[in-house]
Amino acid sequence: MATRHEAASPPRQNIIEHPTATGQDNRKLAMWCFLASDCMFFGSLITAYLVSHDRAAVPPYPNDFFDIPFTSVSAFVLLMSSVAMVLALAGIQRGDLRRFRIWILSTGLLGLIFLGGQIYEFTEFHHEGLRLSTNLFGSSFYVLTGFHGAHVTIGVFWLFSLFLASFRQPLVTKEKAVNVEIAGLYWHFVDIVWIVIFAVVYLIEAG
Amino acid sequence: MATQVTTAGRITTTDQFAYPKGIWSWISTVDHKRIGTLYLVTSMFFFLVGGIEALLIRIQLTEPESTFISASTYNQLFTMHGTTMIFLVVMPLSAAFFNLLVPLMIGARDVAFPRLNAFSYWVYLFGAILINLGWFHGAAPDAGWFAYANLTSQEYSAGQNVDYWVMGVQVLGLSSLASAFNFIVTIINMRAPGMGMMRLPVFVWMTLVTAVLIVMAFPSLTVGVTLLLFDRWFDTLFFVPEANGQPLLWQHLFWIFGHPEVYILILPAFGIVSEIIPVFSKKPIFGYTAVVFAGIAIGILGFSVWAHHMFTVGLGPVPTAVFAISTMLIALPTGVKIFNWIGTVWGGDLTFTTPMLMALGMVSMFIIGGLSGVMHASPPVDSHQQDSYFVVAHFHYVLFGGSLFSLFGGIYYWWPKFFGRLLNDGLGKVHFALMFIGFNLTFFPMHWVGVQGMPRRIYTYAEGLNWDFWNMAMTVGAFIIALSILVFLINAFLSFRDEPNAPDDPWDGATLEWATSSPPKPYNFEKVPVVTSNIPLWVEKYPEVYGHEPDFRETSPDPEDQPDVEHGIHEHHDDHIHMPNPTIWPLIVSIGITLGFAGFLYGWIITFIGVAVMFLGIYGWVLSPAFGEPDHV
Repeated sequence: MATRHEAASPPRQNIIEHPTATGQDNRKLAMWCFLASDCMFFGSLITAYLVSHDRAAVPPYPNDFFDIPFTSVSAFVLLMSSVAMVLALAGIQRGDLRRFRIWILSTGLLGLIFLGGQIYEFTEFHHEGLRLSTNLFGSSFYVLTGFHGAHVTIGVFWLFSLFLASFRQPLVTKEKAVNVEIAGLYWHFVDIVWIVIFAVVYLIEAG
Repeated sequence: MATQVTTAGRITTTDQFAYPKGIWSWISTVDHKRIGTLYLVTSMFFFLVGGIEALLIRIQLTEPESTFISASTYNQLFTMHGTTMIFLVVMPLSAAFFNLLVPLMIGARDVAFPRLNAFSYWVYLFGAILINLGWFHGAAPDAGWFAYANLTSQEYSAGQNVDYWVMGVQVLGLSSLASAFNFIVTIINMRAPGMGMMRLPVFVWMTLVTAVLIVMAFPSLTVGVTLLLFDRWFDTLFFVPEANGQPLLWQHLFWIFGHPEVYILILPAFGIVSEIIPVFSKKPIFGYTAVVFAGIAIGILGFSVWAHHMFTVGLGPVPTAVFAISTMLIALPTGVKIFNWIGTVWGGDLTFTTPMLMALGMVSMFIIGGLSGVMHASPPVDSHQQDSYFVVAHFHYVLFGGSLFSLFGGIYYWWPKFFGRLLNDGLGKVHFALMFIGFNLTFFPMHWVGVQGMPRRIYTYAEGLNWDFWNMAMTVGAFIIALSILVFLINAFLSFRDEPNAPDDPWDGATLEWATSSPPKPYNFEKVPVVTSNIPLWVEKYPEVYGHEPDFRETSPDPEDQPDVEHGIHEHHDDHIHMPNPTIWPLIVSIGITLGFAGFLYGWIITFIGVAVMFLGIYGWVLSPAFGEPDHV
C-alpha cells in the first residue's frame, strides 16, 4: 500500500508526453471542449422538445403517460452510478485496482439498469399507442430521451472497456488515472443532462 | 546527422526523423504539415468542382430564357455550389493553414492529438465524396445550402437529393468538430515556453476563436439535421405543418449555426491578413491587443444575430429590433480590425508582392461587402433586398472578396512552408489582377440587378427586365475569374519543376514558422524555442529596432535554460524528440463512420458494416500507443 504522502499526491500524467503550457492534461481539456459542444447539442434538443411537445395535434398527450415514481427511481439509479464513478476514480488514483474494478463495474451496471428502465418505459409507451409518428409529443419525447439513452449506452461501453482494460496493466494504472477521469467527466455530464431532462420533461409536465 | 545520447540513455539520430516516402506514408501520416498539405490539395480540387458549378450557373443566366440546363439541374447546381464552397473549400482550406501553421507558430512539434487530426482529414474527405455521390445518381442535393423545411420533407422532396445533403453534412460536421477540439487544446496547451496568450500571432488567435465558434455552433446544425433525418426516415413530425410541426424551428436551428458559420469562414482570413500586412509593411501590426479583442468580440456577437436571416418571416417588432441592433453592433469590432490594418500599412515600408496584393484586395473588397451587410441589417431595407441578387452580391464580397482573396494570399505567402518552393511572383500578380477584375465584374453588377428586383435561385428570367446586359457582363467576369485560377494552377505546376529551393525566411517574417527550414523538418524545431515577444524573429533580427524583452526570465521554465538576453528566440534544451507513430486507425474509424451514414442511402447492411468497422477502429486506435514503443514495462 502507498504511504499517506504518496496517496495524497496528484496522479501523474502520461510520462511520454511533454508537459503542457497550462499544466492541464490535453485529453482532459479536450473532454471539456467536447462537453461544451454536447451542452449545445442537448440545449438545442431540449429546446426543440420544449417548442414541440405541447403542440400534439392528436392524442395521446404527455399527462397520459408519465409515471413519476418509476422514473424517479431510474433517475436515482443514474445518480448513484455517478457516486460509484467517483469511488472508481478514487480507487485508481490510489493504485487500488481491486477497488477500481468493483466500482467501475458497479457504475456500468447501474447505467445498464437505467437503460433497462428506459427500454421498459419506451415499450410501455409504445403499447399505449405513442409512436415517433403519432404526434409532436411522441416525436420530440422519443428523440430527446433516445439521444440521452444513446449517450448512456456509449458511456456503458466505455466503462466496461475500462474495466476489461484494467486487466492489461499498462492501460489503466495509477499513473494513467486520467484515462478514468475523462470517462468520469463524460459520465457525470450525461447524469447532469438527465437531471435537466427529468425536471423539464417529466416533473414540469406532471406538476 | 547529429547523434546524441539522451538522458534516458537512448540514442537518437536526427535523420531517423526524415520524411518517409510513398503513398502509404501519406495514408498513415499523422504529421500536421502533411495533413495540412492533404487539406490544401483536396480543398483546391473541390474549389475547381465548385467553380465549374458556378460557371454552369453563369452560362445558364447569360441570356434570358436560356435552355442550357434544366430547372432541376440548376437547383442542384446552386445548392452544391454553396455547400461545396462553404463546407468543402473555405473551411478545409482554412484548416490547411491551421494544420500547417498553428504548431509552427506556437513552437510545438505537432498538434495536441496528431491521430485525431488525421481522423478530421479523412472524415472531411469521405464526407465530401458522400455529399457529391448524388451527382452520379442524378440526385444531387437541390434544396439550397440552407435546406429550408418543409421544402425538404418527403412530401416535397421525394427523391434522394436531400438525403445526400443530410448524410454529407452530418459527416462533415464531425470533421469540423474533431479538428476544433484539437486546435483549442493545441493552442492552449502546446505553446512553447514564454509563448503567453498575448504573444500568439494574430492568426493563431483567430484560429482559436474559430475553433470555439465551431464547437458551440455546429451542435445546433447537427440537431437540426438530425431532426430532419428523423422526419424523413422515421416519420417524426418536427417540420410538418399539417401536424402542427414548425418549419420555423428549422430556420432557428440552422441560423444559430449558420451565422457563426459566417465568422468561421471569415476569421481565419482575418488572421492571414493580419500576418501578411505587417510583414510587407515592415511594421508590427498596429494595435495587436485591439485586433485580438475585436476578433473575440466578433465571435461572441456572432451568436446574437442569427435572426437577421429571418427578418421577413415576421418575428414581431421587438425581436426584429433587437437582432437589427446586435447585427449593426458587429460593424464596430470589424471596423476596428479594418482600421488596424490601415494603421499598419500607414507609413509602412511597403512591398507589393502577390500575398500583399491579395491581402490589400481582401481588405478593400471586404469593406464593400461589410457596407452592404450593414445595409440589410436594417429590417425595412432587408425586406426589399431579401432573396434578391443584392444579397448574393453581399455574401460574395465577404466570402470571395474576403475569405478567398485572403486564403490565396496565404497560399502564396506560405507555399514555401508547404512545399519548400516559391510561387512565381509575376504570374501571381497576373493571377491577382485577373481575379480582382473578374471578381468585381461578376459580383458588383449583382447589386444593381438585385435592387432592380432580380430574385436569387431562379434558373431563368424573361426578356426586357433590364437585367440582360449585366447578366452577360457577370458571365464574362466569371470566366475571367476562371482564367485567373488557370494562371494560378500553371504557377503551382511550374513551381514543382525545380528542386525545392525556397529560402527558410523569404519574406523577412516575424513569426516562428520562418525560424524553421522550408519545408520544416518533421519535428519542426530541433530545440523548442523560448519566446519573449509576439514578433520573435524581428526581435532577434533587429534588436536595435525592437530592443529586447526584459521579462523572459519569468517565463523561462528551467533555471538551466537561461537564454541569451539579446535575442527574441532562445533554444530550450530538450534532448527528447518524441514523434507520434504513423497509423491507419483514424482512417479506419472514418471509413466506418462514413459507411454508417451511407447505409441510410444504400441499405442498412452497409450501416451495420460501418458500425462494426468503427468499433474495430476505435479499439485499435485506443490500444495502439500514440508515441514511441508500445509500453510493455
